[in-house]
Amino acid sequence: MTLLRINRNPQLNSHGELTHLLSTEGLPQDVLTRILDTAAPFAAVAEREVKKVPLLRGKSVFNLFFENSTRTRTTFEIAAKRLSADVINLNINTSSASKGETLLDTTDNLAAMQADMFVVRHAASGAPYLIAQHLAATGKDHIHIINAGDGRHAHPTQGLLDMYTIRHYKQDFTQLTVAIVGDVLHSRVARSQIHALTTLGVPEVRVIAPKTLLPSGIERLGVQVFNDMKEGLRGVDVVMMLRLQNERMQGALLPSAQEYFKSYGLTMDKLALAKPDAIVMHPGPMNRGVEIESAVADGTQAVILPQVTFGIAVRMAVMAMLAGA
Amino acid sequence: MSTHIRGGRLIDPASGTDQRADLFIADGKIVGVGDTVPAGFKARTTLDATGCIVCPGLIDLAARLREPGFEYKATLESEMAAAAAGGVTRLACPPDTDPVLDEPGLVEMLTHRARLPEFAHVHPVGALTVQLAGKKLTEMAELSEAGCVAFGQANQAIVDTQVLLHAMNYAATFGFPVWLQAQDPFLAQPGIAHDGGIAARLGLTGIPVAAETIALATLLQLARETGVRLHVTRISSAAGLDMITAARAAGIAVTCDTAVHYLHLCDHDIGYFNPHARLDPPLRAQRDRDALRNGLASGAITAVCSDHTPVDDDGKQKPFSEAEIGATGLELLLPLTLKWAQEMQVPLLTALARITSDPARIMGVAAGRLDIGLPADICVFDPTADFHVTRNNLKSQGKNTPLLGLTLPGRVRYTLIDGHLAYDGTS
Repeated sequence: MTLLRINRNPQLNSHGELTHLLSTEGLPQDVLTRILDTAAPFAAVAEREVKKVPLLRGKSVFNLFFENSTRTRTTFEIAAKRLSADVINLNINTSSASKGETLLDTTDNLAAMQADMFVVRHAASGAPYLIAQHLAATGKDHIHIINAGDGRHAHPTQGLLDMYTIRHYKQDFTQLTVAIVGDVLHSRVARSQIHALTTLGVPEVRVIAPKTLLPSGIERLGVQVFNDMKEGLRGVDVVMMLRLQNERMQGALLPSAQEYFKSYGLTMDKLALAKPDAIVMHPGPMNRGVEIESAVADGTQAVILPQVTFGIAVRMAVMAMLAGA
Repeated sequence: MSTHIRGGRLIDPASGTDQRADLFIADGKIVGVGDTVPAGFKARTTLDATGCIVCPGLIDLAARLREPGFEYKATLESEMAAAAAGGVTRLACPPDTDPVLDEPGLVEMLTHRARLPEFAHVHPVGALTVQLAGKKLTEMAELSEAGCVAFGQANQAIVDTQVLLHAMNYAATFGFPVWLQAQDPFLAQPGIAHDGGIAARLGLTGIPVAAETIALATLLQLARETGVRLHVTRISSAAGLDMITAARAAGIAVTCDTAVHYLHLCDHDIGYFNPHARLDPPLRAQRDRDALRNGLASGAITAVCSDHTPVDDDGKQKPFSEAEIGATGLELLLPLTLKWAQEMQVPLLTALARITSDPARIMGVAAGRLDIGLPADICVFDPTADFHVTRNNLKSQGKNTPLLGLTLPGRVRYTLIDGHLAYDGTS
């Protein structure tokens, strides 16, 4: 028996429509597919002379980055600007938070500035959920939230752009074997990828990592666990590398970058075990020589730069859908 | 002052009594039980207990009153009102106040402040080490004289096992019980949720069950070495409970408790990062919860407490990992225990023992029973009435509970402390 009733998934409204994008988990397959479908024409916008559409004209998008990021913030900024929105960038770890203002006070203040959309990055898992619940409780749920990365929990637009990339190169999700390699424990990207892949019908999702970089219970997310990279890569269609942050070397999780590279770095030799037409992905920024060798990163199977390009289209699609455009 | 409690069903777990009987109180003490009015008794007040259960006042092994030091979270007044409304007439408070309860003067000040007729009896748990820092022993004999019933570390561990050994040995010298939480700080400290599928999914750092079992192994070994009376607070896992049961079978003098939340909730109830579900120890898996439910029924877990921890809204309106730990509980101890008993088909006599006579034994006080001559600490509750858990209905200053909005069985009608009507739910 359970005593508590867990509330509705807070990113869907009572009609099952997307009002916030907080996680790829719990999103119905048709919502995911619709985001990818919507992104396709936006990818074409980037090819035009005038890279702008007026869908979000007059809307204000606030980039609330409680954690440093240049790359992700920039892609969101470009996406919003291509939709003709006004973009306001706030690096909050260097302003309010250091003056002691709470997360919700900051949110309230920005909401009072007539924001239409918050793009939130925060070091604590679940922070965008707190904001979403708070906006709902204070009657400000017309403001849409996009999670741009919360702790180890989720980075849904990254997960979605990865799905867009896979669909672009492989078309049919239901025939694929996908391997996610590296620091799954600390990775919000990995979690978002796993939920999106399983929802879109990928029959075999593998995670490959040493035991110190896998959370216990990860198999409950519907993945197969491999500790041996060679075994895990055998016959896969897609290799999704994860970034290994340098600070992981300081604790007792790994002995050295060299040893990690030897066992879990993606080399041409190891890649040869995957299908010959396998694609290699990476969310960036890459640590060459730690998780991936340059020959692979710059090789013909890598689709790492197209990921970045598609990322803008996917973020435009998400913003447009949330704004009801 | 004399009171006649009339027409109730009297349940006294200590004597195994469960029958319709009246209760007579004079000069703050129980003077008669049954149908015959004691000689010379004249009731000044008559309380109608028709349809109600009359039992000893509840005894709570862990309730934080937040004084001294955290008055913005709760005050003695607010939390004593909550205790009375919850039928709690006697409670132990952990030493994690500010300053820490590690000096006799502080303990005396607290017990003195708490000495009002409508206030529950307060028994401080003294700090086992100065500042709870795990380095230097406190003046336990002095603290005991000042009113401490036991010595503990609240949620802090003593990392240095040499210090732990000495602390237990010193406490054993005087026969003082030690109440300790079993949680290895190295495994527990970075974590915020039970290490399992839910934590993996939500991206929350896990606290493995081994944090409890490793610490428990240390505590049990040292309890055997020192012969100290060990009470393990807030057991949270099936594996931990198994170890305690085995230790007891091997002759180690160990008891344990859990808190009411762990009987009803598990890690799944974190839902979408509900900060109210952030507890210490963390809510564990469903099978752990089920083991605790069974363990309390069988007596493997000696008592259940509220682990009352009022937190202000600011402390909870934060992302899960940054939210303050704990839940309000004084007013939920009875309803949640009744709910557990209903669901597990545990007789009321047993269920009420776990919140009256059993914790009294752990506390080492002559209370939690309806013997003639004992202080009249009484709880009268209507088992068929509901308690709606709302911010308004909670007297505690802490409205922090994952159970807001629920309807639970059992509502307190009267609470008497030393014969004094401390709470009247009919008005």
